[in-house]
Amino acid sequence: MKYFFKKLTSLIITLFLISILAFLAFQIIPGDPAVSKLGTEATPERLEALREEMGLNRPVVVRYLIWLQEFLTGDMGTSYNYDLSVREMLGNRVPVTAALSLLSFFLIILISIPVGVLSSKNVDGLASRLTAVVNQVIMAVPPFFLGIFFTLIFGFIFQLFTPGIFVAYQESPGQFFVYLLFPALAIAIPKSAMAVKFLRGSISDELNRDYVRTAYSRGNTRTAVLYRHVLRNALIPVVTFLTMTLADIVASGIIIEQVFSIPGIGRLLLSSIGTRDYPIVQAIVVLLAFIVVLLNFITDLLYKYVDPRIKI
Amino acid sequence: MSAWTERIFCFMKKSNNYNLIGGAVICGLMLLLILIGQFYTPHDPNAIDGMNKLAAPSPAHLLGTDNLGRDIFSRVLVSLGTTFSIALCTVCIGAAAGVLIGGLTGYFGGPLDEILMRACDIVAAFPSILLALVFISLIGPGKYNVIITLGILFIPSFARITRSAFAGCKNQDYIKSARLMGAGGARLMLVHILPNTIPTLASAIAIGFNNAVLAEASMSYLGIGVQPPDASLGRMLSEAQSYLFKNPWYALSAGIPIVLLILGFSLLGDGLQRRGGSDASN
Repeated sequence: MKYFFKKLTSLIITLFLISILAFLAFQIIPGDPAVSKLGTEATPERLEALREEMGLNRPVVVRYLIWLQEFLTGDMGTSYNYDLSVREMLGNRVPVTAALSLLSFFLIILISIPVGVLSSKNVDGLASRLTAVVNQVIMAVPPFFLGIFFTLIFGFIFQLFTPGIFVAYQESPGQFFVYLLFPALAIAIPKSAMAVKFLRGSISDELNRDYVRTAYSRGNTRTAVLYRHVLRNALIPVVTFLTMTLADIVASGIIIEQVFSIPGIGRLLLSSIGTRDYPIVQAIVVLLAFIVVLLNFITDLLYKYVDPRIKI
Repeated sequence: MSAWTERIFCFMKKSNNYNLIGGAVICGLMLLLILIGQFYTPHDPNAIDGMNKLAAPSPAHLLGTDNLGRDIFSRVLVSLGTTFSIALCTVCIGAAAGVLIGGLTGYFGGPLDEILMRACDIVAAFPSILLALVFISLIGPGKYNVIITLGILFIPSFARITRSAFAGCKNQDYIKSARLMGAGGARLMLVHILPNTIPTLASAIAIGFNNAVLAEASMSYLGIGVQPPDASLGRMLSEAQSYLFKNPWYALSAGIPIVLLILGFSLLGDGLQRRGGSDASN
């Protein structure tokens, strides 16, 4: 219990620090929001009036607190370029990005665990060594290149989907899923190569332990030992590794969304950086940072729950 | 395995450090290409040839031409050099600052150590692309801005590795005896501890290269890295995407060198790690 509270305080402090840093970072940008809104030909009086109205003349601390309060109640500001609230703009895109991330996560689990376990059965065999080599190569492939490669093969050659034309969930759930499958694979495959490497290392560590030797001496076959005893213990570090990769998936998603023209948060972030639409950038950065830190927090808790031997 | 297969494959012992050998070979090859590219390219990488756009590979243009008629092979050679130099500068900045910070806090310890390591943990927990995007949105795109951004982003991981290496070495007996003989702090750190941490650092540097190349390629792909007309593999890849149907060679020629570069460094890093470094966490 004490561990939980310690981690919780750490989480809250971290979230505060992130919000402060993000806020400050966007305050030091040269450029005056009032000028951006009214244009360079506005009179100084009107600029001053707008600044007063936007609250830009108040001390930094006050502005931060106002921003924080608004953020926590859901008002994340208004976009500079479009006159919509940031919340509206994010609203449509969050489910898409979430769907992509979850799909990638499940694919990673689906691919890496069977491959990891099956290739560890016979450690010196051909399958195992081949897996190690292929693994290393796949880990070196950047997700966006894999994405382009898939576009070439599955989009153009096999015509399984039309590259660049995103299918919304409302239009056709089936096509939506198929369209997201390939970006999800592009993210999942390099990450599952890492997971496989991790899992194999973990399994081979476990196979060297005393209890395994005991199990063999009692007549268990290699397969039985692997599935009944080793797997459960070997999966522990892998579980925490997988939870950490969820944060990485969200990050890779930003680039992959660009590759496949998926209207998600990542793509919005990139276009907003290009057009200097700072309210959106600020909101997305803080949101993503919050999610990442939250995921790490859950990872820490999971770690302690899954393996009671760990003393943090 | 049967006796005859054993005979043939007996040189493929598990004890050989294939990662190191493979990594060294690939890196050597890439470095050779980079060096060649510095002095000679088959065509001018920026020479536009309107008549010959998007051509397939031919003896004249080994990897074909891009959408403006520029020779892809020459551009790949030059951009390998660019990517490598960016990665080199990034790792230099990150390693120099990181080793300095990590070494000092690892040796002296105390509350400063706790605070700095917590800060590093927080930064390391972030997806680096997000931080890179924020930095770049603040200071603008461009080759040198990328180097500064990535260099700063890499400092925490180098600092952590160095710090744990130094903290581990600090309590060894030979350090204690050196201190008894009158060695001061600076001498201890430079002459005694540092040489012993070199295997770990070498592996960390190779993996740092790995990450730097990936990060630079990603940022160039997104358009916030190296700006045109300078060639960069990531940027070429993003341009190639529009012409994927007409000339798939463009994308493959841009992407495969990235993969090879990353593969070479990651194999090298793993090989060095196996050879004597402690756990260099990504």
